[in-house]
Amino acid sequence: MDVRFINPFISAIKNVFGTMVQTEVSIGRPMIRTDELRSADVSGVIGLSGDVTGAVVLSFPGKVASKLASRFAGVELDVGQEDFSDAVGELTNMVAGNAKKDFGGLSVSISLPSVIVGAGHQVSQSSSSPQLVIPCQTPLGPFNVEVAMVVHKKSEAKPEPASPERVGATT
Amino acid sequence: MKILLVDDSRTIRNIQKNTLATMGHTDVLEAADGMEALSVLTAQRPDLVLMDWNMPKMDGITLVRKIRENDKTLPLIMVTTEAEKARVMEALKAGVNNYVVKPFTAETLSEKIDQTMSKAGAAAGTS
Repeated sequence: MDVRFINPFISAIKNVFGTMVQTEVSIGRPMIRTDELRSADVSGVIGLSGDVTGAVVLSFPGKVASKLASRFAGVELDVGQEDFSDAVGELTNMVAGNAKKDFGGLSVSISLPSVIVGAGHQVSQSSSSPQLVIPCQTPLGPFNVEVAMVVHKKSEAKPEPASPERVGATT
Repeated sequence: MKILLVDDSRTIRNIQKNTLATMGHTDVLEAADGMEALSVLTAQRPDLVLMDWNMPKMDGITLVRKIRENDKTLPLIMVTTEAEKARVMEALKAGVNNYVVKPFTAETLSEKIDQTMSKAGAAAGTS
């Protein structure tokens, strides 16, 4: 994955969670996933198509997802409740949608969100593109934003490059 | 004032309803996609429609075009994550009166609603 697309996601994460969840997000060092899959309890998944193909995954521990979804919806939402998946899906939708506006003029469509709920599940993505993991920390707990995408067309105005030293590798 | 909210996310519809309630608007209709919205619109005409872009069955831009085939004046606001200039232009060309990008604050949403309704009122007054 082109690391220049990291900054649009960082801006989107801060914007979405700051505005809709009223919580600050500290961004850790983005990493390329290099070995076995990490597990999560709740994952929101959005597909990307058009000039870019791939997927964006927001992965949470169950309790963190519950706290963030509740703050977003303004009512208590426990994992498994009817509106819980709706809230997680909408947060995922907003992060992906907000990020793609800064893809330098590329035409990108997003799918409807899917939400996976299950303790310790894994979301595997195509191995054709390295998967970037953006660790996020909030006062309500941590979560990860994972992005795997392939760019099929040169952007008109290139997105702002990410600092190379900010991109590492995770194990 | 009767307002139709069209969004496949019930969470978003609830957030919008809360904002509308603080503005004194409690007469709210809801639809989860464009098809459901058209069904609601055959039975009654609200004073304002807020619609999402990306929805199952029928998306928001198709809904706008369908509404504008028969109704040129019903105030429409697109509330969506689609923030690229090309998408905004596409929606305006299709006939929306205003555009709100998600994520939004309650203040932004209420400002856009007030702005839209006062323009619609002024247009009705001059016609």
